Amino acid sequence: MNFNKVYALGLRHMYLISNSLPRIIDLIYWPTVQIFLWGFISKFFTLNSDYYSNTVGIILTAAILYDFLFRVSISFNMMFLEEIWSRNFTNLFIAPIKISEIVASLTFTAILRALIGMVPAAIIAIPLFGVSVFKLGIPLLFLLLALYLFGITLGLLVTSGLLRFGPSFENIAWASLFFLAPLGCIYYPIEILPNSIQIIAKGLPLVHIFEEMRSILINGNVNYFDIIKSISISIVYFILGVIVFYVSFLGAKVRGTLINMGE
Amino acid sequence: MFIQIKNLKKKFNDSFAVNGINFEIDKDRTLGLLGPNGCGKTTSIGMILGLIKPTSGEIIIDNKNLDTFKRDEILARINFASPYIELPKKLTVRQNLEVYSRLYGIKNRKERIDEISEDLNISDFFERKTGELSSGQKNRVSLAKSLINKPEILLLDEPTASLDPDIGDFVRSYIQNYRSKNKVTILLASHNMAEVERLCDSIIMMKNGKIIDRGTCKQIINKHGRNNLEETFLKLARSKSEF
Repeated sequence: MNFNKVYALGLRHMYLISNSLPRIIDLIYWPTVQIFLWGFISKFFTLNSDYYSNTVGIILTAAILYDFLFRVSISFNMMFLEEIWSRNFTNLFIAPIKISEIVASLTFTAILRALIGMVPAAIIAIPLFGVSVFKLGIPLLFLLLALYLFGITLGLLVTSGLLRFGPSFENIAWASLFFLAPLGCIYYPIEILPNSIQIIAKGLPLVHIFEEMRSILINGNVNYFDIIKSISISIVYFILGVIVFYVSFLGAKVRGTLINMGE
Repeated sequence: MFIQIKNLKKKFNDSFAVNGINFEIDKDRTLGLLGPNGCGKTTSIGMILGLIKPTSGEIIIDNKNLDTFKRDEILARINFASPYIELPKKLTVRQNLEVYSRLYGIKNRKERIDEISEDLNISDFFERKTGELSSGQKNRVSLAKSLINKPEILLLDEPTASLDPDIGDFVRSYIQNYRSKNKVTILLASHNMAEVERLCDSIIMMKNGKIIDRGTCKQIINKHGRNNLEETFLKLARSKSEF
């Protein structure tokens, strides 16, 4: 892998952001709105719910982590869509860059875009609501890693759909995360789900990530086995995502959609 | 032969976009690819660029089958310009050329960008966003990107479409001069017959995915008893037979 090429593609997206104040504001605006919304909801629940009464900010912490996942996935999709919207797709795919370098670049740049939005929002939550996601301690890094891998996987699956079905698949890009959110048990324990759906939910890393987050904040217990399980499941999905992306790319070459991909 | 196309076919659904074409291009020569819309020119270019997988046939470049090349190795030796694809609009000209010079692994990036910017007269709008440029300016920036790696093979798809006569002439003169100073093999798809006559050493004419004639411009014009290439093109394009 040539990291200069990975950097070049990342640089293209960083130029895009730095050239446009509205884009910078957009990156920061939504996570901040989320913090305010879930901050007030969280405050209400901590005052009125037995379940949340002992630990302030579980909902807000869940909202921050979920938004991180959302931002990573959307960033990945957005960067791919930017190439389609700008009709740069053909230029990119005739450049001497490996598919693995394209995936690596989108993967690394996605986290930068996500952090541009998430770090200010997470810091704002400390003085405003007295909630710090950093209270999760070292396990936070592992939970973020699992979320990051799963967010990238969703991005890979959506971009594979864009390669397969063309720009009309764009709407799915926006909706992709909402399909899984109910199964992810982000704001509620898994026991809330019907038994049959619990089985499906356990196949996703989200349940394990958010269950572990609640366990740490409510009980102060860190179960590294569950953390490793969530990362392992995310890695499996990530590998699956990469395979699907490669298959879609080869399929696009057979169908000839790479040469005229555009709005 | 530097480029050899052997019995190349591409089938989409039930119909052949390209149906068994054969042609060769000698090193440092320019071949014109002519034909009416939908005749298979863009599909042929797409297959040479590796963007479209042929249904069957072979593409041999510098004695190596395209299938045996590593994707990034062959693409480093090729480049492509077309008015139908664009560079990112929100990036400045300088930023776009910097990104692509990095993607093509250019050493001495700054010198190469300065050199090509001066040659193509794009230095004046170097810091402007690409999307804010006129068609003629965008076209020259696109050409600069396509030459950034000093390609051995240059594929041009209607390089002067939508340009006014002055800028069109500038681009044609630039390609002519560039070709005389640099070793480059060019495949030029165009609907501008004067451009083809001026730039191409030989031409092939396509229709319905097949090659219906080939030779130098003069040979083809004489063969069909017409006065110029435009009249010859119209005769071939409007004829019902496929020759």
